Amino acid sequence: MDNKKLIEYKEIAKNVREHIITLSNNGGAFIGSALSCSDLIVYLYTDFLNVSKDKLQSKNRDYFFLSKGHAVPALYGMFIELGWLEVERLNNHLQVNDDIYWHPNTKIPGVEFHSGSLGHSLSIAIGIAIDCKLKETQNKIVVLMGDGELNEGSIWESLLIAHAYKLDNLLIIIDRNQIQANLLTEELIPLNPLNLKFESFGCTVKSIDGHNFIDMNEALKEFPFEINRPSVIIADTTRGKGIRSIENKINKWFVENNDYSVIEYINELNMTNEFEFKMSNLNEL
Amino acid sequence: MNYEEKLIELAHKNESIIILTAENRASIRNLPKVIPNKFIDTGINEQSLVGISAGLALRGRTPIVHALAAFLTMRSFEFIRTDIGYPNLNVKLIGNFAGLLSEGNGPTHQAIEDIALMRCIPNMNIFCPADMDDMIKGLSTIINYNRPFYIRYNDLPTIVNHEEFALGKAEVFGDGNEIGIIVYGTLFNESFKAKEILEAEGYSVRLVNLRTIKPIDEYEILNTVNNCKTIISIEDHYQIGGLYSIISEILVKEKLISDYLAINLQNKFFKPAKLNNILNYEGFSAIQIANRIKEHLVKKEKKLNVQWSNV
Repeated sequence: MDNKKLIEYKEIAKNVREHIITLSNNGGAFIGSALSCSDLIVYLYTDFLNVSKDKLQSKNRDYFFLSKGHAVPALYGMFIELGWLEVERLNNHLQVNDDIYWHPNTKIPGVEFHSGSLGHSLSIAIGIAIDCKLKETQNKIVVLMGDGELNEGSIWESLLIAHAYKLDNLLIIIDRNQIQANLLTEELIPLNPLNLKFESFGCTVKSIDGHNFIDMNEALKEFPFEINRPSVIIADTTRGKGIRSIENKINKWFVENNDYSVIEYINELNMTNEFEFKMSNLNEL
Repeated sequence: MNYEEKLIELAHKNESIIILTAENRASIRNLPKVIPNKFIDTGINEQSLVGISAGLALRGRTPIVHALAAFLTMRSFEFIRTDIGYPNLNVKLIGNFAGLLSEGNGPTHQAIEDIALMRCIPNMNIFCPADMDDMIKGLSTIINYNRPFYIRYNDLPTIVNHEEFALGKAEVFGDGNEIGIIVYGTLFNESFKAKEILEAEGYSVRLVNLRTIKPIDEYEILNTVNNCKTIISIEDHYQIGGLYSIISEILVKEKLISDYLAINLQNKFFKPAKLNNILNYEGFSAIQIANRIKEHLVKKEKKLNVQWSNV
């Protein structure tokens, strides 16, 4: 990946984070979770997925399912960057005159399927993937799940089927931020060794830094990782990534904001970004 | 022609049809060999089965999903509600061994709240055929109707010649004005025989086979209420949330009152046994149904007499 692209992706990601914070005004949102998977969503939509505004209903498009539906501010933030959603609509958050609320729904163009109840999207994605296999089409089907979500049994029964039907058109990405709603995953329901769990279910697994676009690029250009097997990416992430006062804070899952705190957070986001930019320049020297 | 043959025939005609099962192959044992490219077995796995069918429907398929009614409607209830009902997807859920048809399996396998569960889901429709012939007659209309449907699979032998199927339209036998029996599904045959018993004894009876429970033929129910002195509902389902509830809701809505006997499973599990033994034990055999109706009429008569003597 060249430097120009990298700078471009980082710029988009910064904008998406700003949208997330703006969206959380008027009643709050699950911003910790959204900030955690923002970079992954940015990469998928700018580089990986074959989707565009005029192709939203095309049978040959790639499919993306946000299984951890409460991270929807990241998705809508990306839709704004893609020009699919008007930025003004963020102000309609939780208003009855629009359809922007705490979980995604298909009234917003680009959302493949509603989510919110955890552990559903994988089975729906498998239905799509099986149909694509039967029709011998080349669609990629991507599901982004939270690590806390992996507590749901439906995910593991769905994995058995994905393996049985040799769904190598299926990519599962785990937003591994180590924190579920209120507790550390390893303190509540330990998942480690997570890669071995997926491998034993017949998937091929890669672990990456979920905030590093170069890492994502390296891993995803090899998709499908292995023929006849579902691909899994375990993306190490930080909940609340980009805003230091939220990062890894257990109580910053759902954050209720007002006009004042929104400005505070956006300032903080800009500071973090400048700091990281300087650090990366230092590293290059 | 049986259900499986009909399904294969429809699958040949309709490109979009795809058959799924959670390793419940009893009613479709030969199908995988005949149309292997239209058959998916998810294993013993009801939640994902329903989720996968939603994904297939999103791709324009018409998934026809088979599983034991108890597990299909209860274990995957939230998937049906959230992934089929809410988005109004064209999925047909075939519940096997519903009601008394679970025979000797016991309470684990008894789907006797399935109507209550399915009917409260927005966009969901329900078809409860009286027997194999009724099921086959309704199948093509229901599969070609682009809406979610729950079908109470019923392969009981047919004792009448059913009329052509129309969505939301009941089938009526006789035009009696004394006793109006309203029934669906498994207990149709016994109800039909009970009607014959009662008629032989001089009673004037009509019998309504509802076929679809949602949409329900409100017109025919009201017709029966308005024309018959006593109405009887018969079902192998809990009293709560089933036909008794449906008719009660209609009566209240129309500000009507009727002499009414509800024959159902009340609020209990039924005795596991062979179907005939269950029918006798639970009081659902034709002769018992006829007797229960006559007892009710005698009680009603006594009540009326008491009321008159008080005047």
